[in-house]
Amino acid sequence: MRHGKYPFVAGFLFLPVLLYVTFVIYPTLRTFYISMTAWRGFSVAPKWIGFDNYKQLFDDDRFWQAIKHHLELLVALPLITIAVALFFAFLLNVGGGSKGGVRTGVWGSKFYRVVFFLPQVLAIAIVGVMFQTVYRPDNTGLVNGVLTKLGFDPVALLVNKNTALWAIMFVAIWQAIGFYVVLFSAGMASIPAEIYEAAELDGASRFSLFFRVTLPLLWDTIQVAWVYLGIAAFDFFALVNVLAQDGGYGGPDGATTTLATELYYAASKSKLGYASAIGVVLFFLTLTFAALTLRVTKRETIEY
Amino acid sequence: MSNSPSELSRRTVLRRAAVAGALAVPAVSFLAACSDDDKGGDTGGTAKTPTNPFGMKEDATVEVVIFDGGYGQKYATDGLEPNFKTAWPKATVKHTATQDITALVQPRFQGGNPPEFVNNSGTKSMDFGALVADEQLADLTELWDAPSVDDPNKKVRDTVFAGTVDAGSFNGKPFVLYYVSTVFGIWHSGKLFKDNGWEAPKDWAGFLALCEKIKAKGITPYGYAGANAAYYQWNVILVQAAKIGGGDILKNIDNLEDGAWTNEAVVKAASAWGTLASKGYINPAFEGLKHTEVQLQQNQYKLAMYPSGDWLEGEQAATTPKDFEYQLAPVPAYDGSDKLSPGAVRSAAGEGYFVSKSSANKAAGLEFMRQMLSKKSARAFTEITEAHAPTVVAGASDGFAFPAGVKSSQAALAAAGKDVVTLFFDGWYQDLDKEARAATNELMFGRIDGKAWAERIQKKADAIKKDASITKFKR
Repeated sequence: MRHGKYPFVAGFLFLPVLLYVTFVIYPTLRTFYISMTAWRGFSVAPKWIGFDNYKQLFDDDRFWQAIKHHLELLVALPLITIAVALFFAFLLNVGGGSKGGVRTGVWGSKFYRVVFFLPQVLAIAIVGVMFQTVYRPDNTGLVNGVLTKLGFDPVALLVNKNTALWAIMFVAIWQAIGFYVVLFSAGMASIPAEIYEAAELDGASRFSLFFRVTLPLLWDTIQVAWVYLGIAAFDFFALVNVLAQDGGYGGPDGATTTLATELYYAASKSKLGYASAIGVVLFFLTLTFAALTLRVTKRETIEY
Repeated sequence: MSNSPSELSRRTVLRRAAVAGALAVPAVSFLAACSDDDKGGDTGGTAKTPTNPFGMKEDATVEVVIFDGGYGQKYATDGLEPNFKTAWPKATVKHTATQDITALVQPRFQGGNPPEFVNNSGTKSMDFGALVADEQLADLTELWDAPSVDDPNKKVRDTVFAGTVDAGSFNGKPFVLYYVSTVFGIWHSGKLFKDNGWEAPKDWAGFLALCEKIKAKGITPYGYAGANAAYYQWNVILVQAAKIGGGDILKNIDNLEDGAWTNEAVVKAASAWGTLASKGYINPAFEGLKHTEVQLQQNQYKLAMYPSGDWLEGEQAATTPKDFEYQLAPVPAYDGSDKLSPGAVRSAAGEGYFVSKSSANKAAGLEFMRQMLSKKSARAFTEITEAHAPTVVAGASDGFAFPAGVKSSQAALAAAGKDVVTLFFDGWYQDLDKEARAATNELMFGRIDGKAWAERIQKKADAIKKDASITKFKR
């Protein structure tokens, strides 16, 4: 058996590795190459221009605007989503008190579970179109329909430079929460009931149950959630494209633009070299973020 | 241009802009190097004769790619292609239609066997500037100088409206045929105006007086969609500025002349339009609405006047009440001291077509284009397309019963006489267009005044002028 092990393993790996190299590694390397050219998508031999695309990129105000938005997203999106999702998951699984020694969720938690997960089932573009209607700045929009009925002036959340990004971020959070509720619920389900029981016998309140038991034991799951959401913050595109002013181009006046938005528009104007340069920057940012987060949040795993 | 793909038809017109200039194509400077050899001139051809000016082989195959958007593809399959076949019975037409031109055609360029004839249009069209810069398009000088189909004693260039060749030229060389004639102005419902005894205003004082009357009726007098159509409004401001100060105002803006935007006439026009918000003549909610949403309000008689090009009637066909009667009026003049006549309009050619330089039968592609510029084919286009859009071929739609809106825009164009203005800067320098849009929303919704508006855009224009990496265009 031992004799033919490596050819045997390699035989199994050959196809997946081939696919991976063809569809992931090669295009990635190719993007690095194209980012050093002035390619516009038609000629067979792109013209080599070295780092000019990057120089142009770093001189572009909109690039820095996008970076600033990514930083805001990077902090707010995971923080709010995880906090709310944890709270809901706790209520749905542990918050209801114990019945016969088994912790249960609040009354109606099975129903809420479905409600929270529902947005996750909708395609992101559909969510975007739906919120176009919610945010519409006259009384035919949901928000302003209610406001005007109550006698307030309508608000233009997507038009105002100070609120536009937050309005779009709200949609992202609204959509993401369901998934993380389920993720955290699964994590909580694997926490042994005896630990809760013991804590309760010691007289722990729900508050300290959450912070002293649930949170530490869920740490691995939260860490994964943070990385996912962080990557989502870098990958922020679809909602901006559907909801933002200026025909989706990160408007008003670049107040909601992201790197992916800039990339998309550069590519659609046949500036493929420039678009690739943005892609490369985005690649390194995302990679750095993922590595950093995993490192910083590393803790000893608790075995149970 | 009827129902859902209407978004696309708007883009087709945008394309004109995106076209007229080569966009911010840093590479257009290569042009000088590229096109004088014109070695493709007799690719796949035979001897050139007056009836076969490009030397097309009689049994050649021409591959025709049509954008299946606002104008559909029926005009090609039922109009242009049968007409071409009549002229060249032995030739073969290979017809393809798509809504995603880039996905279909771009790989063909990379593979070196592009289709002969392409209708490059829609949101997924290829960047004309890039195509020109990469030397993919056939020089159309040969076509414009060829004898026309209808009258062999006339060159093709003399059978189309003035400005058609220029609209598709890149620093002086023609590469693109813009086929559809477009007029810009301010739309209203003939019925609404008739019922209330209103008339399209001639000058600014008249416009304000009318707005007051409309407002009294509980209808929003004027509006445009800030979310994605702010360029409709800078267009209005600039056309009025041209009326005040003459057509050179726009030429200076296109040529990035110093102080072109801060010119007195431009500031005067911008200041005038900037007062609408404070007077309550424009609905603040429009800033966050898209063009279709605001246009719908007009169709519901909630909005009286809306600026746009004359594709609007076809685009809105599905939501317009039967007796709405679209009417286009020129942008109101300022006052009696204007340099241009009150009837002056902006008109331009739209919907781009090109012949691929390195296609197998370039001569057949050029011949197809020459045939489509015959009166018969041009008329077929107007008759078959739902928008009934007139083409750039002079006299081709004479006597055709246009729908009310196109009829009014054609009348406006005729009444304008020689006072037809045009502008290209938005296609040449997209960053400037973006800046103008953002500034226009600030102006029209009451956050800055006309002077600040002009200064903001002027600053951007100056920055572009100084930026050596952006190719400059002149007209």
